[in-house]
Amino acid sequence: MKADRRRTATASRKVPTGISGFDEITGGGLPRGRTVLVQGGPGSGKTIFGLQFLVNGGRYFKEPGIFVAFEETSQRIMANAESFNWGLQQLLRKQLLFVDAQPHPDLAQSGDFDLCGMLAGLEAQVAAQKTRRIVFDALDMVLALLPDIAARRREIYRLHAWLLDHALTCVVTLKAAPDEPTSITQQPYGFMQFMVDCSIILNHSVVLGVSQRNLRVQKYRGSQFDENESPFVIGRSGFDVAIMRTPGRADTQVTHERVTSGVKRLDTMLSGGYYRGACVLITGFPGTAKTTLSGAFADAACRRGERTLFVSFDSDSTEVIRNLSSVGILLNRHVKSGVLRVVSSRTVHGSAEMCLVSIKEIALAHDARCMVIDPVSALSQFGNETIAYGVAERLLDWSKAERITLVCTSLSNEISERAEDDTLLHMSAMADTWIHLNYLVQAGERNRGMSIIKSRGTAHSNQVRELILSDDGVTLADIFTAGGEVLMGTMRWEKESAERVAAEVAAVAGKLKGVTLDAEQAELGVRLKAVQTELLAKQIEKTLLARTTASRKAEVLRGGVRMRELRSGDVAAPRRKRRQ
Amino acid sequence: MKSRAVVKFELYVAADSQNSAQATANLRALCRQYLPDRHEIEIVDVFLEPKRALAEDIRMTPTLLKVSPRPVRRIIGTLSQTQRVLDTLGLTAATP
Repeated sequence: MKADRRRTATASRKVPTGISGFDEITGGGLPRGRTVLVQGGPGSGKTIFGLQFLVNGGRYFKEPGIFVAFEETSQRIMANAESFNWGLQQLLRKQLLFVDAQPHPDLAQSGDFDLCGMLAGLEAQVAAQKTRRIVFDALDMVLALLPDIAARRREIYRLHAWLLDHALTCVVTLKAAPDEPTSITQQPYGFMQFMVDCSIILNHSVVLGVSQRNLRVQKYRGSQFDENESPFVIGRSGFDVAIMRTPGRADTQVTHERVTSGVKRLDTMLSGGYYRGACVLITGFPGTAKTTLSGAFADAACRRGERTLFVSFDSDSTEVIRNLSSVGILLNRHVKSGVLRVVSSRTVHGSAEMCLVSIKEIALAHDARCMVIDPVSALSQFGNETIAYGVAERLLDWSKAERITLVCTSLSNEISERAEDDTLLHMSAMADTWIHLNYLVQAGERNRGMSIIKSRGTAHSNQVRELILSDDGVTLADIFTAGGEVLMGTMRWEKESAERVAAEVAAVAGKLKGVTLDAEQAELGVRLKAVQTELLAKQIEKTLLARTTASRKAEVLRGGVRMRELRSGDVAAPRRKRRQ
Repeated sequence: MKSRAVVKFELYVAADSQNSAQATANLRALCRQYLPDRHEIEIVDVFLEPKRALAEDIRMTPTLLKVSPRPVRRIIGTLSQTQRVLDTLGLTAATP
């Protein structure tokens, strides 16, 4: 409870700026009723920072503000700010006042002066407007008119005392040239650093031709803050300061809902498709059909009527549509119906930070539910290597928070032996599903292989499949393995057809054999009958033979006896005896 | 003719601050010497008339405004460098 009270006390001690990311870095905003110094070189965004602080105060926090312009005229500042979607005109008069304090061009000076005139004028307005916030833009302009350091110091103290008196939260911007002496005390207004409660440094540099902006909180009395340089961009809504995922942020709601990948068999391999709100990474070498696979996803999403954003860094939007139509993925109708928005690097360009901001803005404007970024590795190009990792991470975080299903492609380095370990930006670690496309070179041809390396929270197939692109779209084919080798493409086709022929031959051979056997069987049957008949004939013959023999014997016997009887000379008795 | 016209001044001061007091004294001395009997000085305290100061774009005090004859001239500071003030106000020619 004590902690709670302390927290609310801390919160009330801070004034939210409403600047995306900045309040998170400083744990709530600027110190209430204190002075904040914003320093930076030309074009670093000091004026915009100050103005946005006031605009947001008026728009969201019911804290009216005054902008005191020492350098540019208020008309010019307002005209410049028109490019932001702040609705500046509605705020004018009541919530936001501009005070022009540029030294008159024909102003002559003789002797010492002070800022009492301005403060008196401001005092009247502060009382009338009930001002809570005030910005002194380019205070150095007026300080430079003062004759000596002592006078400058005196006026700054006068200003500071006046601000404290009126409990105004104040932003003072000062120019800081990069080649100024490093020691703070040697800088012309170095003592201001010690006077203010919070000091912010804006930095605008060009790395390998790419503009990079950084913001750093140098000091913040009585508060914790992020001490690192934070990249920021100035987009359509003004400042956008990049922050890493804060531990206190509520976890994104997760869902078990699946969305199709656009390829039926891939859904099966993933046991139902991608999770809604997941981040899918498709890696592969150039030409492995990464874009096609992501196009299939976009097409399927559009068919469901879900608003989809397709960001193509490689080709123009019209080219993407034409190329995908050659494989039966017709995106043109979705573009016409307004469901799909295809943007190319012409729309999304600049530093990785800028890309992220434009992608976010376009996605929000389009109310996208599904998004394709092809390839996400483009973020790390053009001198963005150092920040691209953070940008990619924030892109993922953001799309998860918005519950946008994100499909990113990433180009693998063809030289690398193991394509799996060099995915750029370490996206592979953050992605929920990682599909890798590969070439298999075999028997003089390249074929596309697809495998799911990981898919968090879903059962998934461990099989490599062949990815086949045809006029009708994307399909996956089983692959053959022979002797431990994976067969794809023509070899797979050959193998398939060889198997078909072999099966046919076997069938025919079987039939033939059956017929032959039948014939043999029939023949044997016939032979069996013939033999049986012959056997019968033989038996009959044998019987007949036996019978004739017996009758002849008897006849012969009878004949002998008769002859003996007729001759009456031989003794016939022993022969008879033997026979009997 | 022109040089004979009455010169009107408005001097914006911050109450009785040191700078403002010096400027007031310097202006009066200057007028006595160079514009005898043909000057009008109005002292405006920005703390008493802040709206007027704002309307006249007075940011720094003291500020001297020569409102007539035209053109309007403005000069900030204690007006300590008399010659410079005279140059700025276009009064050099009027020197006797």
